[in-house]
Amino acid sequence: MTPLNAVQRELGARMADFAGWELPVQFESALKEHLAVRSRAGLFDVSHMGRLEFLGPDALPFAQELSSNDVLRLQDGQAQYSSILTPKGTFLDDIVLYRISAERIFICVNAATREKDLAWIESRRNGNVQVVDRSESTAQLAIQGPVAEAILQELTEADLSALRFYRFVQAELAGAPCLISRTGYTGEDGFEVYTPAEAAEGVWRRIFAAGRAHGLTPAGLAARNTLRLEMRYPLYGNDIDERRTPLEAGLGWIVKFEKPSFVGREALLRQKEEGPSELLVGFELMEPGIARDGFQAYFEGRAIGNVTSGSFSPSLEKSIGLLYFPAGDAAENAEFEIDVRGKRRRARIVPTPFYRKN
Amino acid sequence: MNVPEDLLYTKDHEWVLVEGSSATIGITDHAQDALGDVVFVELPSPEESFGARDVFGSVESVKAVSEVYMPVSGVVAAVNEALEDTPELVNSDPYGEGWMIQIRIEDGAELDDLVSPEDYQQFLEEEGE
Repeated sequence: MTPLNAVQRELGARMADFAGWELPVQFESALKEHLAVRSRAGLFDVSHMGRLEFLGPDALPFAQELSSNDVLRLQDGQAQYSSILTPKGTFLDDIVLYRISAERIFICVNAATREKDLAWIESRRNGNVQVVDRSESTAQLAIQGPVAEAILQELTEADLSALRFYRFVQAELAGAPCLISRTGYTGEDGFEVYTPAEAAEGVWRRIFAAGRAHGLTPAGLAARNTLRLEMRYPLYGNDIDERRTPLEAGLGWIVKFEKPSFVGREALLRQKEEGPSELLVGFELMEPGIARDGFQAYFEGRAIGNVTSGSFSPSLEKSIGLLYFPAGDAAENAEFEIDVRGKRRRARIVPTPFYRKN
Repeated sequence: MNVPEDLLYTKDHEWVLVEGSSATIGITDHAQDALGDVVFVELPSPEESFGARDVFGSVESVKAVSEVYMPVSGVVAAVNEALEDTPELVNSDPYGEGWMIQIRIEDGAELDDLVSPEDYQQFLEEEGE
């Protein structure tokens, strides 16, 4: 359970298990929550995510070796999307890395991978750096949508209009010491707020109260999933995992080969030269129905794998999804079939993100 | 949950309005509430024939899909075509505008297997425990 369980139940959350956490799937309507985030704002409890810190004089070089992206490009107060790779170049996890200072690096990892990541990080630890798990002692809220800034600004002295995308500031918010970062998983402007666990409920209540006049709605995991899918943001465990590399997933931009060394570099360099045999692509269904996670796909009569994420898109009002497709055939508009509960339905590859503002 | 007195029910959460030899079928208030926002409804074609408890269609929400079963054997006489463009009628008016199909009943004796409003209400209460 997260520190925000009770306050969300008060608001009518429908709970379900996710990676061992009891989390709200939706409140009144997943559809309305999704659309509210696109037009106004939504408030999410994402405290199930793992929160780790590297502390000490060697925190920065240690992070640089573990992360596929270039941590040295960051200034204090800047965040970066990245991955931790296995020596095979596959995803141990995808992460957001925050440089608080050169001696204090904070990373947000996935809920289901936190224990695995910790063991991996500990086994690779060298030099003067400590690894601290802050997952239990902190909570994490996401406030996402075009009016998120206006709402949060009422609760903090920090100038949020000056905070750019993927920047963060440590400041008091709703009376609690918070890390406020202009990041998210929805494709909308918005913030993630890291708070001490004991302050989380108060912070939630203050944000919720301030948001009322702006049309803020509490939102659950169902809306979070459709929002991220419309943007083609991968979900660990579905779209990326230890069998897949960033090059296959279309995330080459988080791999910086200019770095002389990082875990997975050699394997990825080979894959880059040979070219990946499969690529993650976005598709839409051309016939009625909804292609969901796990549905089998066929190209030119042969099975090519399963839909990794598939859902109805509330913004586009059609069935969209992701799957790995033979690289040589993965062209825009290429047609294939998906077995939608016993019926072969036509689908085609489309450009991503699926959803674009305006 | 709303359980109208003038309908019969199944434990799969369909409702049946019997009028002579014809029956109108949909899913209950409880079923639509459990599913959440309905975004797609798949229905059969007129004149298709189904046995009791056969799957005749499906209702999909953002998160889940639920198959819909024939309460009694019959031939499809009409389908609610409005659900193609406005599937949300299943949420907003499950017993009215959100109806799914009309059938010609083949064997009236099968109606005896359906559940009364009182028993369905009690079934919901037991299920909720």
